[in-house]
Amino acid sequence: MIEVKNLTKHYGKNIALDNISFKLNEGDVLGFLGPNGAGKSTAMNIITGYISADEGTVTIDGHDILEEPSEAKKRIGYLPEIPPLYQDMTVQKYLEFMYRLKKVRKPMKEHISEICEMVQIRDAEEKIIRHLSKGYRQRVGIAQALLGYPPVLILDEPTVGLDPAQIIEIRKLIRDLGKKHTIILSSHILSEVQAVCDKILVINHGKIMAEGQTDSLTLLGRETRKIKIVAEGREQNLYSALKSVDKVMNVERLGETEKGCYEFIVESSADVRRSVSKAVARTDGIILLMQPEGRSLEETFLNIISGKSE
Amino acid sequence: MSAILKRELAAYFSSPVGYIVTAAFMFFSGFFFYVQCLNIGTSNMYAVFQSMFFIVLFVIPLITMRLFSEEKKYKTDQALLTAPVSLAGIVTAKFLSAFVMLSVCLASYVIEGIVLSFIASPDWSVIIGNIFSMMMMGAAFIAIGLFISSLTENVMIAAIGSFAVNLVISLVDSISANLPVPFLKGLLDSLSFQTKYSNFALGIVQLSDVVFFVSVTVLFLFFTERVLEKRRWA
Repeated sequence: MIEVKNLTKHYGKNIALDNISFKLNEGDVLGFLGPNGAGKSTAMNIITGYISADEGTVTIDGHDILEEPSEAKKRIGYLPEIPPLYQDMTVQKYLEFMYRLKKVRKPMKEHISEICEMVQIRDAEEKIIRHLSKGYRQRVGIAQALLGYPPVLILDEPTVGLDPAQIIEIRKLIRDLGKKHTIILSSHILSEVQAVCDKILVINHGKIMAEGQTDSLTLLGRETRKIKIVAEGREQNLYSALKSVDKVMNVERLGETEKGCYEFIVESSADVRRSVSKAVARTDGIILLMQPEGRSLEETFLNIISGKSE
Repeated sequence: MSAILKRELAAYFSSPVGYIVTAAFMFFSGFFFYVQCLNIGTSNMYAVFQSMFFIVLFVIPLITMRLFSEEKKYKTDQALLTAPVSLAGIVTAKFLSAFVMLSVCLASYVIEGIVLSFIASPDWSVIIGNIFSMMMMGAAFIAIGLFISSLTENVMIAAIGSFAVNLVISLVDSISANLPVPFLKGLLDSLSFQTKYSNFALGIVQLSDVVFFVSVTVLFLFFTERVLEKRRWA
């Protein structure tokens, strides 16, 4: 559906994108992840045909964005970093304008109100955009991108400025849309990408630092497993019981957390939760908490960005 | 394209700009009509059209100033440039919206002609010829204003820049009158907007004058399109 080949873009001497390539199939949801200034927005602007790359090609559903711009652009709904809203129009008039601009062929009134319903801006339809709050503007921007239900949606930080309830709604909406549409979204909120996307592309300094399925990235570098354990009992007994469990490599004592309860970090080379539980029970101890200390996406992300590989 | 044209026309009249421009144009046109026709008792509107030359110089930058600069400032150009519309289509739509605004202003001449017809017999061919000539010249000025608007994201700079350029264009005659070099004098004379406009106002329609204004219009619309195209590569 989307094929990006060897994109390179310079701004003067600075390199904004350095040889980026990827391919997306129908129904893929890709997350661009990277710190500010990594080149996420530049990449999106090039894919949508707003700016041109120095080198490389972008093909949308077989149509090159430079060779057949009209055909390619018809298939894209784009929410830029700053929603492109005309300040002096009402939401209704603005969406009608965008509808005509995009040459959408669906019954206009029904189509627009259906989309307003989806992003929950029905109550603001008659308001002038200048008077809207940031959250509403953002959602009008999303509505604009959805007009005509284009097969490809490109959303640059779609949940910026929304309140927590709206964020959940919009994420759910994106996940639903992801069943039928090919979506690229950018974010610096990692949990968002984790929640919504099935593929992740980590970009920094215009380069792809890592790419893969969300799950595989999350698990990256998890050969040694860590479990946090809080147990009640005598510290020495608990410690030696944990130590004696098969496949446990190291036990770290973190001290008393509440009266008679001690915290440990158990490092092992396999899943030892059952045997740990049995071992503690044999000492008459009681396990109060057992929590895997998985490496979060944040940790992985920071490692990738700083170039550390484990 | 029609979507952009419609939006621009609505934008003129959802902000004070459209009203101020039409009001100013009609005020001056009415004022000159009173002073130079009604007051001295003539049905010849030639003097009115001559005086309006300078008003048009000032009015057109107001019409064109925000057409591209505001798009850039509020990043709404992203919506236009990523929509299935060609650059030429965008530029043409913007140009036409300004042209329609100017035509609305020019309607005041028709009103004056009707007023005259109650007390005398106005020369309609002169009035219609002048509206036509004003449209030709106005189109050229609009294209220049559009081009300047595409160069900046500041509305005021776009307006003042267009004023300045229009003033220089209107000064071409006085500059050429003081030039001792015949070659340069001839060159400047051939670029004069005012001489060609005066020809129209007198009722002399020359194909070369029409071609001149059409060429200037097309040339600057082309430049505008190039500016937008270049921005994508910057």
